[in-house]
Amino acid sequence: MPVYRYPVPPASEITPKSVFLNRRAFMAGAAGLALAGASGTARAEEERQKLATVSSPLSTDETPNSYEDITTYNNFYEFGTGKGDPAKNAGSLTTRPWTIEVGGLVNNPGTIDIEDLLTKYTLEDRIYRHRCVEAWSMVIPWAGIPLASIIDKFDVQGSAKYVAFETLVRPEEMTGQNSTFPILPWPYVEGLRMDEAMHPLTILAVGLYGETLPNQSGAPVRLVVPWKYGFKGIKSIVKISFTEEQPPATWNMQNPREYGFYSNVNPNVDHPRWSQATERRIGGGLFASRIDTQMFNGYGDQVASLYEGMDLKKYF
Amino acid sequence: MAQSKLWTALPDWVIYPVGLIPAVDLLWRGVENRLGADPMKVLEHGLGEWALRFLILGLAITPLMRFARINLVKYRRAVGLTAFLYVVLHLAVYLVLDQQFDWLAIGKDIVKRPYITIGMAAFVMLIPLAITSNSLSIRKLGAAGWRKLHKLVYPAALFGAVHYLLLVKAWPPEPIIYLAIIAGLLAIRLVKPARRRARAA
Repeated sequence: MPVYRYPVPPASEITPKSVFLNRRAFMAGAAGLALAGASGTARAEEERQKLATVSSPLSTDETPNSYEDITTYNNFYEFGTGKGDPAKNAGSLTTRPWTIEVGGLVNNPGTIDIEDLLTKYTLEDRIYRHRCVEAWSMVIPWAGIPLASIIDKFDVQGSAKYVAFETLVRPEEMTGQNSTFPILPWPYVEGLRMDEAMHPLTILAVGLYGETLPNQSGAPVRLVVPWKYGFKGIKSIVKISFTEEQPPATWNMQNPREYGFYSNVNPNVDHPRWSQATERRIGGGLFASRIDTQMFNGYGDQVASLYEGMDLKKYF
Repeated sequence: MAQSKLWTALPDWVIYPVGLIPAVDLLWRGVENRLGADPMKVLEHGLGEWALRFLILGLAITPLMRFARINLVKYRRAVGLTAFLYVVLHLAVYLVLDQQFDWLAIGKDIVKRPYITIGMAAFVMLIPLAITSNSLSIRKLGAAGWRKLHKLVYPAALFGAVHYLLLVKAWPPEPIIYLAIIAGLLAIRLVKPARRRARAA
């Protein structure tokens, strides 16, 4: 067994008991609130299913954040700009039925059904560091499928150089898409270079802590690219297409000076308005120390070669 | 000018215990770990927002007197000092809990990050105002000189709101609303009273 194959138990065994209990109390409370609210418009969130997963050598051995931290501290502007807004507002999203349309430069265009993702693939626990562009970070036990193994089924043409992703637009269920002054242009879009998309670390996540994703985390299926800033991990995906040209990316369009297409985690390239040299690991409480941000979020050994010869200050 | 008895019935020191309720609440919830996943940011941003709110209250007192005939001037010193206290607490959280006395990083922030530069400038402008918020200083500076000095609160409040706007991603409503309210409260001061304008003409 090679040295790096640190034995990682399945996520369900890692979750501290207190967290499970907390979560139940939390969900019971939320259910109570929903009942008390009884406006009749809010639909209950899909019941989360337990997932059968296998562990992965690509997981970190760092301790994951609690389920509560991961699911109450979110950036998902389709449900509001506050960190707590997605947890409050995303319950209204219906995630079944759900299909992803796959097209562009492929020989087998088609669709991916969420049920197929959940049942026809081996789901892997991937415990990844997650670094937000806002200089905070978490450790998150995703459950997902390497994007490469999904892409392979569609027989991508040789001319395809990029993959474009698109989030659902459904203003009646997504409060943030409903406002008079939209905070971002919808749909939220993101993109990866083909080699980034095919990299073994890149996954489509369908679960968290061994269960299907809660809505605020991007249910039912989202992208996770652990060496990039969190906003590259587009949520609630409905469309994937393969292109020759670099596809548009929402934050990059919103402010190209501040958010690059690549958005690789890089402590040496500051956001124009704040430093990226350090980060605050969520979960440490009021007095937690800052930690140094690692190049490529600590995944440099696996991904640095993708960017060989590139000026990362220019292609940030 | 008509004075409402109701508005002035309370002693001015009441502002301090009431004004401190949000600070005590935030600190207490912080100590008890009830500020969510990222308690430091909630505390830091919460204190900063309360500083803006008290600055707005302070700036509203003159227009309220002129346009609504509600005289709250006796509370203004306490409101202003409470605002300053929130600024100091906000800054303390940034220095101690956020940057953890990393003076190199703090120095770089002040020089390189416009939102920090502007925030610090607002703090510096408020220091002389806090120091001279007493009757002795008014006597020493003379009423006209004191009033002139305290006009520094106008740029300080504007800087405070811009400081907030510059640290967020995209254009969320909250910082824009604070900036609009402060700009409005400053603009309304440009409206000259009808009588005085007539006399000047």
